[in-house]
Amino acid sequence: MSTETPQTDAASMLVTGTAPPQNRRRRRRLAPYVFLAPSMLLFVAFLAVPIVYAVYLSLRGFRLTGGGAFGQRREVFVGFANYVSTFTDPEFFAGFTRLAVYGAIAIPLTLGLALLFALLLDLPRAKATRFSRTAIFIPYAVPGVVASLLWGFLYLPSTSPFSYITEQLGWGTIGFLDGTMLFSSVANIAIWSGVGFNMIIIYTSLRGIPSDVYEAARLDGATEWQIARKIKIPLVAPALVLTGIFSLIGTLQLYGEPTTLRPMTSEISQTWVPLMKIYRDAFVRDDLPLAAASSVVLAVGTLLVSLLVLRLVQKRAFGDDS
Amino acid sequence: MTTTTPTTPMPVDKRPRLQHEMRTTGRRRGRAIPTAILLLGAFYTLLPVAWVIIAASKSRSELFSTFTFAPGTGLWENLQNLFAYGDGQYGQWALNSLFYAGLGSVLSTLISTMAGFALAKYEFPGRQAIFYAILGGVLLPGITLAIPQYLLMSKMGMAGSYWSVLLPTLISPFSIYLARVYAMSSVPTEMMEAARIDGASEARMFVSLVLPMMVPGMVTVFMLQFVGTWNNFLLPYVMLSNERMYPLTVGLYTLLSKGSGEPALYSLAITGAALSIIPLVLLMLFLQRFWRLDLISGGLKG
Repeated sequence: MSTETPQTDAASMLVTGTAPPQNRRRRRRLAPYVFLAPSMLLFVAFLAVPIVYAVYLSLRGFRLTGGGAFGQRREVFVGFANYVSTFTDPEFFAGFTRLAVYGAIAIPLTLGLALLFALLLDLPRAKATRFSRTAIFIPYAVPGVVASLLWGFLYLPSTSPFSYITEQLGWGTIGFLDGTMLFSSVANIAIWSGVGFNMIIIYTSLRGIPSDVYEAARLDGATEWQIARKIKIPLVAPALVLTGIFSLIGTLQLYGEPTTLRPMTSEISQTWVPLMKIYRDAFVRDDLPLAAASSVVLAVGTLLVSLLVLRLVQKRAFGDDS
Repeated sequence: MTTTTPTTPMPVDKRPRLQHEMRTTGRRRGRAIPTAILLLGAFYTLLPVAWVIIAASKSRSELFSTFTFAPGTGLWENLQNLFAYGDGQYGQWALNSLFYAGLGSVLSTLISTMAGFALAKYEFPGRQAIFYAILGGVLLPGITLAIPQYLLMSKMGMAGSYWSVLLPTLISPFSIYLARVYAMSSVPTEMMEAARIDGASEARMFVSLVLPMMVPGMVTVFMLQFVGTWNNFLLPYVMLSNERMYPLTVGLYTLLSKGSGEPALYSLAITGAALSIIPLVLLMLFLQRFWRLDLISGGLKG
C-alpha cells in the first residue's frame, strides 16, 4: 500500500476491476474464513451450543421447596444425579436391548441385500437391471413415517394381504405386530427403506472399478462368484464400511417408525426405544434435565460406537485428509 | 490352456471351443437366476407402493371389507375429503414440506459448497480443527440433537416458528464433507491461479469459475439434503405445535394417531400417504440422471 499512490490504486482497480496485489493477498488469506463463516455460525448455533446447553441442563434438576400444595418447583444444580438415574433406569436399558435386537436383524439384512443386489446389477448377464435398480431405489424417497404407515396397514390383520391369504387357507391371521415378531416387522420397514440407497452406493463403487481388473480373471476361467468374492467385495470394502456406519447410526436414532406404529399395536410402549423415552421425559413428564442427560448419553454413545467401528476397520473410511 | 505344445495341436484347438460352448449354455442358464432375484427385490419394494395406491381408491367401507389388492370406487371422494379436512390442512402441509425442504436445501447446498470449497482449496490456520469438528458432526447426526435444539429454541422464544424447523436443517456436516470431496477432485488449483493472475477477486473466482465446476456435486448434495429434510419427523414434531405449520410427515402421523379412535381418518391417512409419495418419486426419477453418488463412496479412497 505504501509504495503506491492513491491514483495508481484507483487506476489499477479500473483496469482489472480488483484491488492492488497486497490487498489481494490479504483478501486471499481472509477468503477461506469468509467462505466458512455461514456454516461455522450455524455449526456453533445449532450443533455446538445445543450440546453445551444440554450438558449444562443435564447437571440441573428440580427440587420442591416450601412443601405441600404451595411448594415451588425450583431449578437447582444437582451434579450427576440425572446421569445416575439415566444409568439406573431399567427402561432406558430395556430400550437399548430392544434396539440391539432390532439392529441385529436390520443392519446385516440391509447391508447383505444391498451388496447382493449391487453385485447382481453389476453382472454382465443380468437382465432388466435398469428397472430393478430404479424400483429398489424408490423407497429412499418415501419418508420413514409414511413407510411405517404403509407397512402398518400391510401388517394390520384387517387390511393385510398376507393375513388375507393365510385366512383363506384357514390358518388364521398373522400377528405381525405381536410378541417377538414385532422386532422383525419394525426391522423390515428399515430394510425396505434402506436397501436401495445402500445398494446404489455399493453399485456406484463397483462401477468405479476398471473392468480390466477382472477381465483377466474371467479369461482365466474364474466364475462370477469367485470374481465377486475375491476381487469385487474387497475393492468395495470402504463403501461397505461407510454404509455400515450409517446403518449403525440410523439404528441408534430409531424413533419415527415405532412411533408411527404405536396407534396400531399395544406392544409398543411409550419408552420402547431410547429416543422415545427421551421424548416422553421431556414433553410428557416435563423433566427436561433428565431428558438432556439421556440425550447426552445417547449422543456420546453414538459417537463412541461409530469411532470404535472406524478404529476396528483401521480408518479405511474418513481417514483421508491430505 | 498353458500346456500348448506344437506336437498336439488338435486337443488344444478343441478345448477352447468346448469351453466356449459350455460357457454360453452356462450363461443362458445363469442369466435367469440373477434377473429373478433382482425382480424379486423390485417386487418387494414396489408392493407397499402398489398397495397404498390401490387402497387410496377404496371407500371407507371397502377398505376393511374387500380384498386388499382389489381396486375400490372411492378415489374421488377420498381426495375431496382429504383436501377438505381441517380447512385444507393437507395442502398446507404439502406446501410446508416444500418450503422446509426446498428453501432449506437450496440454502444448505450453497453454504456447504462454500465451506467444502474453502476446506479443500485453501491452506489456512485452523483448517484441521474445523475439518475434525465437521467429521465429528457427521458421526453425531441431527436427530439426537433435536431435543437439545428444542430446549435452546424455546429459551430464545423461537420454538414453534418456521425458523425453528428451517434453521437447524441448514447446517449439514455430511454435505460439507461431500462438497469438500467434490471440490478436491473437480476444481484444479492451476485454474484458480490463472484466474488470480488475470486479476479476479476470490469472490468473483468462486462465483464465475468454481461454482459452475461444482454443479454435479451440488446436485447430489441438494438431493440428499432435500430427501433428508422432506423425510424429517422428529425435529418438526418436537418444534411445532400449530397444526397448520406441520410438514407432511408430522401431519400424516397426526391423522394416523387420531385414526385409532376415529377409523374414518384411516382413509384420509392412506390417501394422503399415497399422494405424498408421487411428487418425490418423480423428482428422484428425474434427478437420478444428474447426481453423482460415487461421491459418497469415491470420497473414501482419499
